[in-house]
Amino acid sequence: MTVQPDRKQEPIALRTVRKALPHDSAEKHVSGTATYIDDAIEPTGTLHVAPGWARHAVRGKLVSLDLSEVRATPGVIAVLTSEDIPGTNDCSSAFGDDPVLAEDEILFFGQVAFAVVAQTRDIARRAALKGKIDVAPITPILTPDDAVAADTTVLPDYQFRRGSPETGLQASKNILSGSMNIGGQEHFYLEGQVAMATPQEDNGMLVLSSTQHPTEIQHTVAKVLGVPDATVTAEVRRMGGGFGGKESQANQWAALAALAARKTGKTCKVRLDRDDDMIMTGKRHDFKVNWKVGHDDTGLIRAVDLEFLARCGYSADLSLGVNDRTMFHADSSYFYPDASIRSRRLRTDTCSNTAFRGFGGPQGMLAAERLIDAIAISLGKDPLTVRKLNFYDGKRNVTPYGMPVEEFEVMHDLISTLETRSEYWIRREEISAFNENNAVLKKGLALTPVKFGISFTLKHLNQAGALVHLYTDGSIHLNHGGTEMGQGLYQKVAQVVAEEFGVTMDKVVITATNTSKVPNTGPTAASSGTDLNAMAAKIAAREIKSRLISMLCETHQCGPDMVLFSDNKVLVGDRSYTLAEVARQGYTGRIQMSHAGFYATPGITWDRETVSGRPFYYFAFGGACSEVTIDTMTGEMIVDRVDILHDVGHSLNPAIDLGQIEGGFVQGMGWLTTEELVWDEEGRLRTHAPSTYKIPTASDIPDHFDVQLYESTGNPQDTVYRSKAVGEPPVMLANSVFCAINDAVASLAPFEVPSLDAPATPEAIMRAVQDMRRRKAGA
Amino acid sequence: MRDTIRFLRRGEIVELDSVGATETLLDYLRLRQGQTGTKEGCGEGDCGACTVALGRLVKGKLVYQPVNSCILLLGMVDGAELVTVEDLAQDDRLHPVQQAMVDLHGSQCGFCTPGFIMSLFTLYHAEDVTRTRKTVTDWLAGNLCRCTGYRPIVDAALETCFRATDDAFTWRANETREQLQYLADSRDIFVGDGDGFFSAPSSLDGLAALYGQHPDATLIAGGTDVGLWITKHLRELPKMIWLGRIEGLDRVEDSPSGVLIGSTATYTATERAVTGISQDLGELWRRIGSKQVRASGTVGGNIANGSPIGDTPPALIALGATLELQSAEGSRAIALEDFFLQYGRQDRQPGEFVTGLFVPRLSANQAFRCYKISKRFDQDISSVMGAFRFTVEEGHIVASRIAYGGMAGTPMRASNAEKALSGAELDNPSTWGEAMKALLSDFDPLSDMRASAGYRMETARALLAKALMEISGTAPGDIRISSRRGADNDRAA
Repeated sequence: MTVQPDRKQEPIALRTVRKALPHDSAEKHVSGTATYIDDAIEPTGTLHVAPGWARHAVRGKLVSLDLSEVRATPGVIAVLTSEDIPGTNDCSSAFGDDPVLAEDEILFFGQVAFAVVAQTRDIARRAALKGKIDVAPITPILTPDDAVAADTTVLPDYQFRRGSPETGLQASKNILSGSMNIGGQEHFYLEGQVAMATPQEDNGMLVLSSTQHPTEIQHTVAKVLGVPDATVTAEVRRMGGGFGGKESQANQWAALAALAARKTGKTCKVRLDRDDDMIMTGKRHDFKVNWKVGHDDTGLIRAVDLEFLARCGYSADLSLGVNDRTMFHADSSYFYPDASIRSRRLRTDTCSNTAFRGFGGPQGMLAAERLIDAIAISLGKDPLTVRKLNFYDGKRNVTPYGMPVEEFEVMHDLISTLETRSEYWIRREEISAFNENNAVLKKGLALTPVKFGISFTLKHLNQAGALVHLYTDGSIHLNHGGTEMGQGLYQKVAQVVAEEFGVTMDKVVITATNTSKVPNTGPTAASSGTDLNAMAAKIAAREIKSRLISMLCETHQCGPDMVLFSDNKVLVGDRSYTLAEVARQGYTGRIQMSHAGFYATPGITWDRETVSGRPFYYFAFGGACSEVTIDTMTGEMIVDRVDILHDVGHSLNPAIDLGQIEGGFVQGMGWLTTEELVWDEEGRLRTHAPSTYKIPTASDIPDHFDVQLYESTGNPQDTVYRSKAVGEPPVMLANSVFCAINDAVASLAPFEVPSLDAPATPEAIMRAVQDMRRRKAGA
Repeated sequence: MRDTIRFLRRGEIVELDSVGATETLLDYLRLRQGQTGTKEGCGEGDCGACTVALGRLVKGKLVYQPVNSCILLLGMVDGAELVTVEDLAQDDRLHPVQQAMVDLHGSQCGFCTPGFIMSLFTLYHAEDVTRTRKTVTDWLAGNLCRCTGYRPIVDAALETCFRATDDAFTWRANETREQLQYLADSRDIFVGDGDGFFSAPSSLDGLAALYGQHPDATLIAGGTDVGLWITKHLRELPKMIWLGRIEGLDRVEDSPSGVLIGSTATYTATERAVTGISQDLGELWRRIGSKQVRASGTVGGNIANGSPIGDTPPALIALGATLELQSAEGSRAIALEDFFLQYGRQDRQPGEFVTGLFVPRLSANQAFRCYKISKRFDQDISSVMGAFRFTVEEGHIVASRIAYGGMAGTPMRASNAEKALSGAELDNPSTWGEAMKALLSDFDPLSDMRASAGYRMETARALLAKALMEISGTAPGDIRISSRRGADNDRAA
């Protein structure tokens, strides 16, 4: 597909779009008045639900479930098991393999076997401990290696193949290979999983859920209760963080709340304890990557063979899309003439891994950066030189899956600007000098690129709806299918609608996402929330406006170019009305002042079966340069300096975009450094609370943390106001931190490629350091 | 005797005659009062979403400290002013820290924000703080944010928290002081009955008598550990004795020979005194828990709970600290290392409690170093903690006290390494080798979620080497990464 950049820009003077407005709820956040699900006023008699699970079992047949003591506990109203499910016992997104309540087998550590409904949450939690669950244990399959040995998968293998990697590797002057472990990541949304269900008339159910996917909540609840979708309404005003962890993982708790509400006739609430949340819900996929690369003496890649072994957990969940996206990003920003990119979706007896900001992309890109680092180190070249040498360009610009990288110039310009701004080469000299003079502390530096494909690779999800009403007092009701999890989506969409009607932001009233207002939506995910929903809202607003313009043209006998909506006024020639006046004219003139806007992303033609077509509308680009210091006696590490330049096209809201970039980077940095998921040998997760699972804290951020928006000429695709998506891409800016640590370790032995695994905890760094010392001593 | 608890809120005295033995402050706010501004993020005092401020008089001055309301018992608010996020805005005008967070885009999902606001509020009211990024990041280490990456929050703090205070709490400070003085009675508190109670004796004798009568009661000082027994282990603890009102038990006495730390003195209250013993000890203190944990948590509690990974015991053992215990029968003093018998068991008799700790000062021929190794630098539990005191005469190490945490079921001395080091030349690394080897026979550490046994052993040896290198001045360049953290920050401000 050829992109014809439509440089015809928006109206000259934008009034609300592009403004660095605060988050729509900022004042409520700081005052404690922003309402999350657990803060909603509970109807009289509200009951509380706590999950019961086998605290020692990992995998095995459910021999017996004795709940007599649970039921006998004062304050317990009901105890739910799989037999209480009137509909289907499944809360999966698609594949039908996620039981709400265990039936005859425990599939992983933390699987819910029953649920207690009690007068208080405290009673429910205590009673849940009294269940006697007898499981006949079998040896669980825990690691990717275990699963490969047992040949168990949740989904079929898949591969991209271009040219002949076998021949390419053979023809290469140099061949390098290795394997690398990449850890998973707990979402650690500050607001844990929560849902509250209230029975309605005629078998109806209203479910408030902290979810990124209200439509799936609606469908899941209907499926589990065995009622039509139309009887269930799901609503969410805001989440206290999502990050992918509430895309499919919110379903089970909404289903349990609804099941309890159906059983008791009362409002029922499920709010998971943090430890239960971390044990029961899926995480970012961890991988073992086997890589092989052939290259010449300049460092130019000739052929690549990558095998991604993903731990998917006990069920498929979203693993298809996640692992596909790993493959789509296994090129990072580099051209592979011949490539084999293979993916295995391994089934393990662990929680079902799921969406997490980046959706598999970060793991794919990190593997690509390992290839480049290996080439550079083995040739004694600077990794940045090798990175740039292999960048997509005007001639070598087609990805292994056949999509052209049209904006390669943006990528080149962004990286070279950052190279200068970060003083990369001066600091490279300084760091070499430092390392010469220090035997224990070693510094490392890395500048890495980001190229992230924007669109759901499952084509049908690239659609969105919005509902806009103009009332006769001139106020505007805004609703759309996107959910607010902190990313500022609601505010960006409101800015677009305010711009369209030419009104100030106070005239636009933002309302909670609700499946009865906008139906059949996709999840708020894949960074596409604004691209999709703001466009749908813009279409809705524009339709209402055009009806009013027609009316005004008829009344005033003028052309549409004589009507202007601006500054809370509607100007018709030399006459000026308030929007309220025009709305009243519209009402009396029997004009429909409500519209359901709909948008479907154009140009996406990906066909997974034939491995052909275009999966992404466009790419978002970025670059980060990080400097670190490691202690080669203890493995401790600090990030000394970070410089970031990121491409958001023409920003809809620079403050919100900057927040996404900074926050995404820090979240990625946590994934690659301090955040370590540890399972014991029996398969029990040992890091299930913030006391043992360490996300970054304020002092982990370097003093020099310079983050800037790339001076873009706008998205060449016709996105909303030529902006670009920003939710996920910044996570991968943190690859620079990991590569910088690798660079520091590499300083210990020239030409030796370190074996650093992610996350680079002090222990992982020490392992790599000791390995280098052994190799140096052996050489 | 008083059968209520009393505290100050929004200028009014609140008196409660019904207080659950294990009722947390957060449950009181959210469930009893329906005030949902304060959030529960983790329920174990590690994320800070539930942070509220407690105002108390410290030597006549009104001081606001951040505390984690999820693991603080309601009864422990007695005598304080309670301030939550809902209390800050006045007449629809946001508090300066709230306004700065809005203006600088310090919130995204907003769930952690009330906790940050309250930590910022206490920093806004703090005295003797210097305007550096390090001050701010120290202060905020106990507040986790998953969205912003912290930069805008730190900026908001730098912009507002170091100016002269000008808020409703400043305006009514005199009145608040008077009200707090009024609340500061010296009566014993006992709410409940013999089967279940929250109590807070005001004297050691009162404690001895009550604990003698109820040896099955739970003693709680700061609650940063006991709180988790309640929220996470769901333990039934019907009888609660809070030590926080016992006159004099929180004493901190700085003398030429050393520092005497009463068992309910908090980390915050003792930070200055321990820094006087050693900069390393002060830095260790700063890295224990978070501001919230240090404001509630006590040195005595960290010892009395006998955790194998408690951060203070190894350092205090290496310094030769002694522990004082008391019961209705009398009192005794023991070397701190003798208190830890084995995993989960301490030398504490039924009815006996820790009253204090004496930490001797270093003599002129002694040097001390301690190092904490953890996955995350701030607010983490150590995987290995090493502490070293060497006595040096004429270039030779004549005595050493080496203690580790995370290497055994209890904080423990490395007696073989100590022996092997005896007579070693301080500035001759070849004479240290035996001690390094001896560590292998001193410990047989475990693998767990914090570190593997192998890493623990390697690191234990590295830390001993590091201490010797630093003290002898034989280090090849800069060898301490922690000293690089925040160094630029200090300069930048």
